[in-house]
Amino acid sequence: MSTSAIVLGLLIAGLVAYALGAWRARNLIKSTGAKLHSRPGYYGGYLAVWTALPALILTLIWAGAEHTAIRALVKDKLPENVQALSAAEQTLVLGRVNAIARGIPRLSEQDMEVIKRARLGFTTMDEAQRVLQTRGVVMGSAPAPYMITAAYDQATYQTSSRWLSTGLALALAIGGFAYAFSRMGPKLRARNAVESVVVGGLISASTIAVLTTVGIVFSMLFETIHFFQYVSPADFFFGTVWDPRFSAPGRTGEGQFGLIPLFWGTLYISTVAMFVAVPVGLLAAIYMSEYAGPRVRTLAKPMLEILAGIPTIVYGLFALITFGPFLRDAGAGLGLNISASSVLTAGIVMGVMIIPFVSSLSDDIINAVPQSLRDGSFGLGATHSETIKRVVLPAALPGIVGAVLLAVSRAIGETMIVVLAAGIAATLTINPFEPVTTITVKIVSQLTGDLEFNSPQTLVAFALGLTLFTITLGLNIYALYVVRKYREQYE
Amino acid sequence: MAITAPLPGKPDRTSIIRKGIGRRYAAERRFRFFGIAAIVFALAFLLFLFGSILSNGYTAFVQTSFNLNVNLAQDAIDPTGTQRAEDIRKADYGLLARRALAAQLGVNTSDRAAMREIGALLSRDVDLEIRRRVTSDPSLIGQTVPIWVLAHGRIDSLMKGQVDRNLTASQRRVSDQQLAWLDKAEAEGFLAKRFNTQLFTNGASSSPETAGIGVAIIGSLFMMMTVVVLSVPLGVAAAIYLEEFAPKNIYTDIIEVNINNLAAVPSIVFGLLGLAIFINMAGLPRSASLVGGLVLTLMTLPTIIIATRAALKAVPPSIREGAYGVGASKVQTITHHVLPLAVPGILTGTIVGLAQALGETAPLLMIGMVAFVVEYPTTPLDPSTALPVQIYMWATSAERGFVERTSGAALILVFVLICMNLLAVILRRRFERRW
Repeated sequence: MSTSAIVLGLLIAGLVAYALGAWRARNLIKSTGAKLHSRPGYYGGYLAVWTALPALILTLIWAGAEHTAIRALVKDKLPENVQALSAAEQTLVLGRVNAIARGIPRLSEQDMEVIKRARLGFTTMDEAQRVLQTRGVVMGSAPAPYMITAAYDQATYQTSSRWLSTGLALALAIGGFAYAFSRMGPKLRARNAVESVVVGGLISASTIAVLTTVGIVFSMLFETIHFFQYVSPADFFFGTVWDPRFSAPGRTGEGQFGLIPLFWGTLYISTVAMFVAVPVGLLAAIYMSEYAGPRVRTLAKPMLEILAGIPTIVYGLFALITFGPFLRDAGAGLGLNISASSVLTAGIVMGVMIIPFVSSLSDDIINAVPQSLRDGSFGLGATHSETIKRVVLPAALPGIVGAVLLAVSRAIGETMIVVLAAGIAATLTINPFEPVTTITVKIVSQLTGDLEFNSPQTLVAFALGLTLFTITLGLNIYALYVVRKYREQYE
Repeated sequence: MAITAPLPGKPDRTSIIRKGIGRRYAAERRFRFFGIAAIVFALAFLLFLFGSILSNGYTAFVQTSFNLNVNLAQDAIDPTGTQRAEDIRKADYGLLARRALAAQLGVNTSDRAAMREIGALLSRDVDLEIRRRVTSDPSLIGQTVPIWVLAHGRIDSLMKGQVDRNLTASQRRVSDQQLAWLDKAEAEGFLAKRFNTQLFTNGASSSPETAGIGVAIIGSLFMMMTVVVLSVPLGVAAAIYLEEFAPKNIYTDIIEVNINNLAAVPSIVFGLLGLAIFINMAGLPRSASLVGGLVLTLMTLPTIIIATRAALKAVPPSIREGAYGVGASKVQTITHHVLPLAVPGILTGTIVGLAQALGETAPLLMIGMVAFVVEYPTTPLDPSTALPVQIYMWATSAERGFVERTSGAALILVFVLICMNLLAVILRRRFERRW
C-alpha cells in the first residue's frame, strides 16, 4: 500500500477507535455506575491516540528513510567497475536504474519475458530498451545488463519495503489498540494522557522552526563544502573575476568563481535602495504618527499597505518594462548614458518596495516613545518639528537603526527585482548608470535550466546562498537585538 | 503669558525669541512639507506602477479573432466516412481555416503566394481550435459552421495599435496586402476583438496569442492548498506552545530568536533548502507543486506563528482565570476559551501569509517551476508552474506579443492579492475587539 493509503487508513482507524472508546466509557458508567476519572470523549481520544499515533509516526519515518536506504542498498550491489566511477556518473547510472525500476511494474508478461532474456544475454539490450520505451520509460541509449539487474533489485526492495511498512503499521495499530483497551477503566487518567500528547504535539510543531534553520544551514553547508573541493575558498571569497563557464557533464574545475563583483553589485544596489527608502519611509512615518489627522491616516496607511502587498515580481516587471526605459530616456534627455537595466533602476525600484517596510517599523517605534518626553519639550516652548528632531528621533534612534538594518537585510536578499532589472554581467563598476549583478541573480542563473548537479557551476549557488544567509542572519540578529533592547527601555 | 520687562544690563530675551520665531516656523513648515512630500512620493509611485501595468496589460483581456464560415466538408475531414475519432483528428484543419478566410476575403485559393499570406494572418494553433470543435461534436461534419478563431500574434499587436501601421511593411512585419485584407475584414465585421477566455484556460505556448495562465492557476491553487493544510495547523500549534506553555528557558529562547530570524531570511534561501532537501534528498520530482507548497509552507510558518501569538496575547487573562475557576484544565482552557476568541486574529495573519506565499517567485525558480507545461496538472506531483513564475517566464521571453500578457497576468495577480489583503483588513476591523 502506498504511504498515503496507510496514513488514510490509520486516520480512519483512529476515528473508529475514538467512537469505540467513548461508547465504552459511557457503557462503563451505565453498567457499573462507576465515576470515571475523565469525560467519555477523553477515553475515546486515549484509544485513538494509542491506535493511530505510533503507527503514523512509524509510517512517516519509514517513508522518509525508504528512498535513501534503497538507493544505498542498490548502489552497494552495483558491479565493481561502476563503483569505481565518479560520484556524478554514479548518480547518472542510479537515475537510469530508477527509471527502469519504475517501468518494471507496468510491464506485461511478454514484456517481462523480453527483459529477462535480455538480461541473460539471449536478446540484445536494444530490444529491452524498445520494450521499456513502449511502457513510457524513455532512455537515451540501451541499458547495460547490470542496470536491469539493479532495477530488479530496486523493484524487489521497494515491494518488500511496502509490505514491511504496511505490516508493521498494522501490527502497531492493533497492538496499541489492544493495550489501550485493556487499560480502560474508571481509574484510568485518560484526560491527562491525552493532554500530554497534545502538549507533545505542540512542542514538536514549535520545533519545526528550529529544524528549518538547521536544515538550511546543513544542506547549504554540505553542498558548499562539496563546492570547495573544486574551488578553493580563497579564490571564491577574494576572487575578482566571475566567469563560471557553462556546465557540461564530465567537465569540471574550469571557470572562475570570484565573489567580489557580485558582492559589490549587491551592496551598491542596496545602498541606492536605502537612499530612497530610508528618508522617504522615515519622513512618511513621522508625518503619519506626529502630524496626520485621522482622515489622512485612514487613507494613506492602507495605501502604504497595498504598496507592501505588491509581489516583488510585479515590481521587477515594472522596472523592466517601464521604469528602466523611462530612466534611459530621461537620461538621454539630460545627455546621460543610462542603460535600461542599471544600478539606478534596480536600486530605486527596490527602494520603493522597501518604503512601507521602513515606514511601518518606524511608525511603531516612534509611537513607542513616551508622550511625556514630547510634553516636556512642548512645555519648554519647542515647536513640533523641533520636538521631533531634538527629542523624539534621538529617543527612537536605536530602534530606527534596527529597522534600517532589517531593511538592508531585505534589500540584500531581494531577488526578482534585480533578476529582471539589474543585469547579468558581473562587472566591478562605480558608475550607477551601468548594469551590475548581485548574489541572488547569480544563484538564480546558476540553478535554472538543465544542469549537471555535481559540478562547481551549480554547487557555487549553494556557496552563494550560504554567504547570503550568513550576512542576512548577522544583520537580523543584531537588528532584532537592538529593537528588543530599545523596546524594553520604555516599557 | 506675562513677560516681565528685561532687567537692566541683560539682553532682551523676548526679542531674541521673537527674532528667531519666523525662522523656526519656516523650519516647521518645511519639515511638515517634507513629510507630505514623502507620502505623496510613495503614492505617486504606486499610481505610476499601477498605471504602467494597467496601460500595458488591459489589452491582454481581448484578443483579435476572425469569424470564419468554415466548410467542414465530409471529404476534407473524413473522406472514408469511418467516423473514427483518430481519423477525424488527422484532418488538415489549418487548410480549412485558410480556405474559409480566403473565400471571405475573395481571394483565389489556387494563388499559393496569397494563400501563404493568408495563412500568416491566422494563429499557428488555428487547427487545434477547429479540431476541438469538430471532435467534440462530430455531427458538424458536412456543414458550414461559423467559428471564431484567433488571429496571429503579430496581427493582434497591429490591431491593438501596439505596432504602428504607418511603418514600412518589413518593420511592422505585416505586408500591405495583408493590411488591406485586415481593413476589409474589419469593415465587413468578421474581424473583431473579443474577450480573451483562453488567457485564463490555456497552458504554456510558444505563440503569444494562445498562451495562457490556466496551468499556472492550477499550480498556484495546489500550492496554496498545501500551504493551508500544513502551515495553519503547524503554525497555530507552535504559537500556542510558545505563548501558553513554554517555560522561559534557553530552549524556548532559541526557538523565539529562530522564528524571528526565519521571518527575515531571504526567500531564495528557502528555495535552496527545498532543492537540497525535498528534491535531492527526499527524491520528490522537480517542478511539482507539492515541493513548491512545502517550500512556501516553511516560508509562511513564521508569519502565521507571529500573528497567532499576537492574537493569543490579546485575549485578556480574565478569560483564562474564569475557565480555571470552573475547573477547566490548561488544555481545555485554551481549546475551549482562548483559541475561539483568537480566531479572527489568526485568520487575518493566515490570509496575509497566504498572500505573501502566492506572490512569491524566487524560491520557486530554484525548484524547477520554470517549466513549459501545456497540460493541466492533475495531482500535486505533476509538473506545473505558478502564477508569478509564469509572469517571470513571459517577462524574459523576447516576442512582442508576450509583453501585454505579462502585464495582464501581473494585473490578475495583483488583483487577487489586493482582494486577499483587503479581506484581511475588513476581517480585522469587523472582529477587532477592545477588552
